[in-house]
Amino acid sequence: MGLAITAPDLESAPRRPGRFRANLLPYALISPSVAVIAGILAFPLGMLVWLSLQHYGLRELIAHAGDWVGAGNYLRILADPLFHQVILRTLLFTLVCVALTVSLSTLIALLLLKVRQAVRIIVMSALVFVWTTPVIVSVDIWQWMFDYEFGVINYLLTQLHVGNFIHHNWFDDPIQGWSVFVVIVVWGAIPFVTITLFAGLLQVPSDVVDAAHVDGAGAWQRFWFVTAPMLKPIFLIVTCLSTIWDFGVFTQIYVMLNARPSADYYTIAIYAYRESFGVTQYGLGAAIAVVLVLVLVVVTFFYVRETVKVAEIA
Amino acid sequence: MIAPGTAQGVRTGRARAATEVGFRLNVGQRAKQLLYDAAGVAVAAVMLFPIYWMVATAFKPGRDILSLTPKWIPAPFTLENFTDAISRPYFLEDVKNSVIVVAVMLVLGLTVAFLAAVGTARFGFKGRTAFLVMIIGVQMVPLNALIIPLYLMLDRAGQTDALPGVIAIYLAVVLPFMIWTLRGFVANIPVELEESAMIDGCSRVGSFFRITFPLVGPGLVATAIFGFIQAWNEYIVAYVLLSSPNNQTLTIWLASFTTNHGPQWGPLMAGATLTGVPVVAFFLVLQRYLAGGLTAGAVKG
Repeated sequence: MGLAITAPDLESAPRRPGRFRANLLPYALISPSVAVIAGILAFPLGMLVWLSLQHYGLRELIAHAGDWVGAGNYLRILADPLFHQVILRTLLFTLVCVALTVSLSTLIALLLLKVRQAVRIIVMSALVFVWTTPVIVSVDIWQWMFDYEFGVINYLLTQLHVGNFIHHNWFDDPIQGWSVFVVIVVWGAIPFVTITLFAGLLQVPSDVVDAAHVDGAGAWQRFWFVTAPMLKPIFLIVTCLSTIWDFGVFTQIYVMLNARPSADYYTIAIYAYRESFGVTQYGLGAAIAVVLVLVLVVVTFFYVRETVKVAEIA
Repeated sequence: MIAPGTAQGVRTGRARAATEVGFRLNVGQRAKQLLYDAAGVAVAAVMLFPIYWMVATAFKPGRDILSLTPKWIPAPFTLENFTDAISRPYFLEDVKNSVIVVAVMLVLGLTVAFLAAVGTARFGFKGRTAFLVMIIGVQMVPLNALIIPLYLMLDRAGQTDALPGVIAIYLAVVLPFMIWTLRGFVANIPVELEESAMIDGCSRVGSFFRITFPLVGPGLVATAIFGFIQAWNEYIVAYVLLSSPNNQTLTIWLASFTTNHGPQWGPLMAGATLTGVPVVAFFLVLQRYLAGGLTAGAVKG
């Protein structure tokens, strides 16, 4: 929920320390959560690192024991030109998608402040519809819309004289194919980011913005010097979450290309999946997945630090 | 300012608009408003078009779907595609599986998250900070990266082609967010409310269940909607883990349409519509409970 994220209540200090004379009760309350997170997130994360240091193929899977190879898997992927290409491509794709998502969503959220109530309800309903659409459903829809023979997009582009798109296959040329994926991902990401930013904008006190107006600030200056700084925590959250989602993109590309993407369409997640479940090189796949996590840790480190700072729990 | 809605106000407003300066200003403002509204409608149209196109295609007879000049409105109208989609193998089994996964996950998730939310919002204890940092931190780990070890773990336990593994993974994925959100809601409820109930003769446990619990309602609804969407829409985990068609969830059933030789767009769009409808319905049914402000004014002075 956008609303829920924008309002993480940050009053975290217990109201009356020691008020409930509880020694073990709080631990009992959090223990189920700790168990779930430790068992299903933390332990597999450790196992991922451990796997990445082994040769672990089909034979090892059956024997339940891997062959220790140390940094072998990492040396192999670092020497692999395809891996370098995939990393750069995934980073570039993420950058384009996140930039488009956040800027378009900001524009729509600002527009929502200006439109009349009825229009706002229409736009919000449209966003909710898109937001609740399962990724698989949206991939099917876009696959149909971009169909080379009967797709409505080829028809529209031809009618609008953008060019001759009759029987045009969008996935022959990787640049065009990736543009299609940018459209799909950004379309699916806009609702969450817009609703979250809009909820944040509603909390910006209008008198501060008005004061800047009286002092002669133009619309752009009011946004850039007054509104945007106040929304900084929310921008941080949505940028960070979008980065995580887009960097790990898998389903849209994998399903759109009928589970057989060519190497031109590999992302890190698809590459890791191929290595592990396609050619049963789980150790190698794990090493690629570790790189995926490491890149995200670096990218999102600042976000976590800021959130912790804001929440005053550190 | 003109008092809105009163006859006096309307009259004064008209009188003012009649003066030339006021009139020009008004026209300018109106044009601007119209421009904004038009832009808003355009945004909504662009965002909604793919969904409209899915539904429209689902109701079109085959010859209208495979036509080089698309028909914008599904007339004539048919339900053939829906009957075709529903009669495909494993539809009912997979609907049942999806419902089980989501329902069990939500019940477990909301219970576990609520306990942790109360623990962190109402008590101070050693390790609380570490716990909260962990909650934020684990949300940064992409699920796609964990599939390999999760698959191997479940393989060792002989649980790869079964629902409990999938439920457990979904639970772990949505739990941090649920805890973080519910914690905010619990912390927002003044302890004084519980205290006054206790002064009025309620027990501590009773005051918690009669006062705090109902007030966290909107938080529970918000997290339930979030969890429902995540679990119902998830694809990769289910795709990797669930191999036999009668154990799969609805998203995998739907994806199996596309891998056939040449997708049949009509039934596919009908199946996609059927997959998407429950999420929208769940959201629409529950969203009215989202309204907050229930506690506003409960504590005075």
